[in-house]
Parts: sequence; C-alpha cells; structure tokens
Amino acid sequence: MTNKVRIASASLAGCFGCHMSLLDIDERLIDLVAQIEFDRTPLTDIKQIGSCDVGLIEGGVCNAENVEVLKAFRRHCNILVAVGACAINGGVPAMRNQYSLAECLEEAYLSGSGIDNPQIPSDPELPLLLNQVHPVHEVVWIDYFLPGCPPSADTIFTFLDELLSGRPIQFAYRQIHYD
Amino acid sequence: MVEDKPKQTLQNMLNDRESDPTHLLQTLIEVQQAFRYIPHDAIDRLAESLGLGRAFILGVIEFYSFLHLEPRGEYDILLSDNATDQMQGSRLLAELLSRRLAVPIGGTRGDYRVSLGYTSCTGMGDQGPAALVNGRAVTRLSSERIDRMVSLIEQALPLDQWPSELFAVTAGVKRRDIILNSDYSAGAAIRHALEHGPEALLDLLEQSGLRGCGGAGFSTGKKWRFCAGAEAAEHYVVCNADEGEPGTFKDRYLLQAHADRLFEGMTLCAAVIGARRGFLYLRGEYRYLLEPLHKTLQQRREHNLLGRSILGRQGFDFDIEIHLGAGAYICGEESALIESLEGKRGIPRNRPPFPVIQGYRGMPTVVNNVETLANAAMIAQQGAAWFRSVGTAQSPGTKLLSISGDCERPGIYEFPFGTPIGEILAACQAHHTQAVQIGGAAGRLIPATEFGRTLAFEDLATGGSFMVFNQGRELLKAIDNFSRFFSHESCGFCTPCRVGTSMLVRQLGKVMVGHATTKDLDELATLGTLMRQTSHCGLGQTAANPILDGLEKFPGIFQARLRSTSFEPAFDLDASLQEARALTGRNDPGAHLEGGGV
Repeated sequence: MTNKVRIASASLAGCFGCHMSLLDIDERLIDLVAQIEFDRTPLTDIKQIGSCDVGLIEGGVCNAENVEVLKAFRRHCNILVAVGACAINGGVPAMRNQYSLAECLEEAYLSGSGIDNPQIPSDPELPLLLNQVHPVHEVVWIDYFLPGCPPSADTIFTFLDELLSGRPIQFAYRQIHYD
Repeated sequence: MVEDKPKQTLQNMLNDRESDPTHLLQTLIEVQQAFRYIPHDAIDRLAESLGLGRAFILGVIEFYSFLHLEPRGEYDILLSDNATDQMQGSRLLAELLSRRLAVPIGGTRGDYRVSLGYTSCTGMGDQGPAALVNGRAVTRLSSERIDRMVSLIEQALPLDQWPSELFAVTAGVKRRDIILNSDYSAGAAIRHALEHGPEALLDLLEQSGLRGCGGAGFSTGKKWRFCAGAEAAEHYVVCNADEGEPGTFKDRYLLQAHADRLFEGMTLCAAVIGARRGFLYLRGEYRYLLEPLHKTLQQRREHNLLGRSILGRQGFDFDIEIHLGAGAYICGEESALIESLEGKRGIPRNRPPFPVIQGYRGMPTVVNNVETLANAAMIAQQGAAWFRSVGTAQSPGTKLLSISGDCERPGIYEFPFGTPIGEILAACQAHHTQAVQIGGAAGRLIPATEFGRTLAFEDLATGGSFMVFNQGRELLKAIDNFSRFFSHESCGFCTPCRVGTSMLVRQLGKVMVGHATTKDLDELATLGTLMRQTSHCGLGQTAANPILDGLEKFPGIFQARLRSTSFEPAFDLDASLQEARALTGRNDPGAHLEGGGV
C-alpha cells in the first residue's frame, strides 16, 4: 500500500466533458500522479469502487444506476465533489424535466422519425429512468461544488492541488465565475 | 359567455383613455372586470393605441395575480390563504366549496360559472376566514355562509343582489389613543399650512418626530423636505394603500373610517412640496372601498379642499386619483409601487435615486403610508407636543396594530410606542401564547421569553401586523405558509430572491415531511443568510426571516422532525421510478431503489 491520495471519478448523466477537462491538466498530471492514484474511474476501468479519499462526480442523476453509483461513491469517499453544471444543476439532460417521461420515451422510441420496430425498451439489463433528472446533491451530501461547463482544467487542478496541500481552497475569480 | 359582450364595450373602454402608456394597468384591470379575462383582441388594440409591444403587455398581465389570459368563471372566488385564515379553518372551507360547487381548487368549472383558488392575505385577519368574490371581500366564512354562497351562485344571482351582510366589513377598533380619540376638522391642517407656510409645517413635522408607519420608519418631515427641495417641473404625492403584508389591516380601517384625514394629509403634503397631482394606490383586495373613497374625494372637491385654488389660495391646485393594484405584494415597496402607477410590472428600482428625487415619471415624489399621511394631518391640527405626549424619544406617538390569530379580541388597536408586547397580548386577551409574529411575514417571530420587549422602531418595528400563535399551534406550519407566500410574491427580477424563495420552500418541505437531517437545517440557514445579503430589495432580504427566526428562537420545532441519518435524499427515490416501471411493465428487483440516505 502507498500513502498516495486515492481518487475515484464517475460520469453520471453527463457528456464526459468534465473528464476531458480533467485530462486537460496536461503535463501537470505527471506531478499530480506522484501524489495520487486512481480508483474507480473511466480512465482505469475499475468497476467497483474501493475506499477513497476523494470522489469526483460529473453529471446529474437520471436513472436508477446513477443513484446506485452515487450512493456507492458517497459510502466510499471521504470527500465528494460535484463537478460541472450537470452535477450541480442537472444541466442539459435536465431539459427533459419540461416533459413527462412518457412523452420523452414516446418521442424517442415510438412516434419519432425513422423508427423501425417501435417499442419502449424494457430489458432488465437497462437501468430505469427517473421521472426527472436531479442534481447530485438532492441524492447524497456533497462536500464541494465546482461550477463550469466544464470547469476549466486550471480550476480542477487548483482544486486538487489545494486539497492535496491541505490549504483552504481558494480560486481566482475567473476560475469559478463565467460572467 | 365572453362573446356575448358587445365588442363596443371594449372599444369604449379603450377610447376613454388617452393614448398614455401609464394607463395600461388601469385599463387592463377594467377589461378583466368586464370580460373576466384579457382577450387577445384587447392586447392587440392596447398595443396599437398605447404604442407598446405585445410582449410588454403580456408581461404586465402575467405579473399581476388578478389579471388572466384565460377566462375566469362568472363568480371568481379567491380564498385568503394567510396563516391566520388557515388557523380559522379556511382550508377545510375551501374543500367544502370545491365539493359543493364541483370545481377544483385552482380551477374553473366547465360551464364557466365559477372559479376557485387561493390568494395572499386579503387584509381581513380580524374577521376571517375571508374570500374575494369577483374582487369583493366576503368575511367571516363559515360552512353556513358557504352554503348560502353556493346557492346564490347556482341561482346565478348577480353579485350586487347578494345579501349585504356577506360583504360586511366591521371596523373593529378595540383600543383608541391620542390619534383615534382626537376630533378631526376638515381643512384645519391645510389652513394651518397655508397660514404659516411650508417651512413652518416642515419644522412642525420634524419636531413631532413622525416616522413612516409602513414599517421602515423614515422621518416624514425629512422625506417631505428632500422632495420639496428637489428642483423639477412637477412634484407628486402618493399614498401607499397597498396594504399587503400578511396580517395587516389597519389601513383598511383608516380608508374606511378616516379617508378624510388621509386626503387631508396628502393635500398638506402637496402644499409643502408643490404637487398638483396625487395618487392613492389602493390594493385590489380593497376594491370595495373604491366607491366610498371616490365619494369622499368628491365631497372634498365640493368643499374646495381639492381642485383649483384650494381654500381660496390662488395657484394651489391639487387633486387625487385612485389607482388600483391587481394582486402583487411587491407593489407595497415604494419604487415598485411607482412602476405599477406608471402601468408597468411592479419591479423595484435601484435606489438611489430615491423617489423623493426621482419617483413617478422621474419627478420628485413623496410616497407615504396611509397612517403616516393621516397622522401628518392630525399633527398639523394638534401640534407636535400633542403627538410627542406619548411614545418614546425615538418613536414618538402611537402605532395602529392589526391584531389577529389566537386571541379573544382581534381587531384594531392604537398603542403608544414603547408598549411592551406582553401588555398588548393582555389587552387583546391572548392566553397561553407561544409566539407573536410582529411585522407580518417579513417581520420577526417573538417567543414568550421576549414578551418584555417593546413596540418601537428602536426595538420591534412593525408596519402594523401582529399575529398571535398559542401553544397549541404548529409554528412550523405558519413558517411554511410565510415561505410559500414569498415564493409566490417574489417579482422574479433578481436570482437570490427568485430562486432562493423556491429553494427555501423545498428545503423546508423536506423538514415538514420528516426527511431532513441536521445538514438540511444548516443549508436553510446558509441559504437564508445569502438571500438576506444579496437580494435586490426588501422582499428577498426579509423572505428568510420566518425560517431564520424559527431556527434561532424555536430550534426544537425543526429538530423534532429530523432523521438521525447524516443525509436524506430530497425526493422519494423508488417512487420516482414509478412512471418508468409503468411504461416498461417491469417490476424486477432492478426496477426498484432502496430509499434512505447514505
């Protein structure tokens, strides 16, 4: 065992844009890796999360699997961070909240254009959709929120760097404001 | 229904108005009254004749609760939904009405005979539960009165033929002090001003120490002096009779019983600041007062107390118009009120400039509460020493209180400033009092340990609302009621208030249904403090008061409902899969989620 800080991440109802931004840290990633190691992330392809120090959540909560993953992260991470607009507000996926779930599925699988063999998928392998898309903090307690669509690489790096160093987390204005 | 109305009516209504955009709101109110909604036709014609965009007009219509784009029933019933109405059983009566008339609450019956819904406090806290039927106040609702209303509605008897006792609004004065005990003689205050000149009157007002009775307590003398000193082509005086603070009804009494004093006060102000036009902004809920108020104005014109050359003074021309509100609490804020007077959505302006420098139509404007103006008239007549004979050094004189809730004698009370809360409770015969909400929903929640505190600007300021809760009441319900009130009444202009008021309701809802943890209480406090610090106007800055005061003074009522877990989801996880289960026909273990938090 090392005493490196263990980090996990997941993309729920998101576009992986926040993860791309994480990778955008570029060569600073090399410094970072000296201090951290990854647990379950889309980068490592580990399926089950183990005990972690930090969990980064991208995306909102749109289906039953998202709920399970999010709860597993909360159980295993000391610090859980909502990363990006979708995790914080539901973002683009939450635009479906204007419609009922039935309307969404009917449009996508029954009445939309170019549909062959119309039917609403009901395979037990597929996670069921929630009535509405929710921000992550409505399902579990969240310790930090990193705004942005996506938060810039700089913002993510600053956050991790300060967290690792034990300093109070502070950002330059432009890192978390978009006006 | 609507189509039967001759097209001519609409045309006449529009022709009566000059093509002045500031008439938009008043015209819309008339159209709503005549047609029970605003037809698209009317919007087009108004857009053309007033030179306004359709979107602007739609924005105004959607802003005011009493204007509708869809037809309302012939009988449009709105039940007052203040905490005190609910304590008197209004919710059950609403359900009874809904059943008896076969109309859903919040809906209109298929035959357009009747609509039913809730509205914010209608200012009848001492004689509730109350309702508005086509804008007219019905008081003291009971199941017996509901039966009578149902039968009148089913007979389709026109409202003006309903028995008048249904609409009876009693004065209900339970305690008088120097103001209400003094006789008023019409014109005496104006004569005083004309004899001694404006400067002497301003001195007199400043000596009296009169402060704004709407709640903020700004020096009336100073306000008038600022306005008088502002150079401009026109000056205006506006009386704020948009008494919307839940639980307040003392202005209703003044407008009903002492309108003459109020108009005298306005005329006095006009003499001092040099105004030629004045406005009384009357909340839509008090529409039943419109006719008597017009009558009083007419009498004053006949006695040369209004109009040209008032009391024979050449060049002293002044008259008063009455503008109606249309169900928007925010219009009680003076700059929002001015926007509304100008026919627009009632969105508070940036201050400064204050209305005394740039108010109505950008001109210096005094906006005063009903009670302030009536008091100013009495001070001009009786003198500053008389006014200072009661009250405290910083809060001279008396305050009219509207007392409602759990007491044997609700009603209007005139108390000198400096009176302890306990003494007021004894006077209205309140027993086993748990708490008092002073100053309305935006005011403060006072526990029994603080009943020694006093009614005064330097201690507990109030615009007049005084709601009593006894020990049998669930305070959290009242706090929830106030929070919902603010989320409904937020004008939507600034984010902290628009979003914050809704978030408070949801977060408090989580507490109410027993899903919250201590972390949710921390969130409530953080959110409330943020709103207090960052909202654009007083509404957002005070909207969290009931919750913050509750958390501070009555933590037990929140904690009793908390879960022992560290966090609970904001919604029912398994129930939110129900629709998907129905659509896919699945009920396997994977189609369910365990509830509870982590």
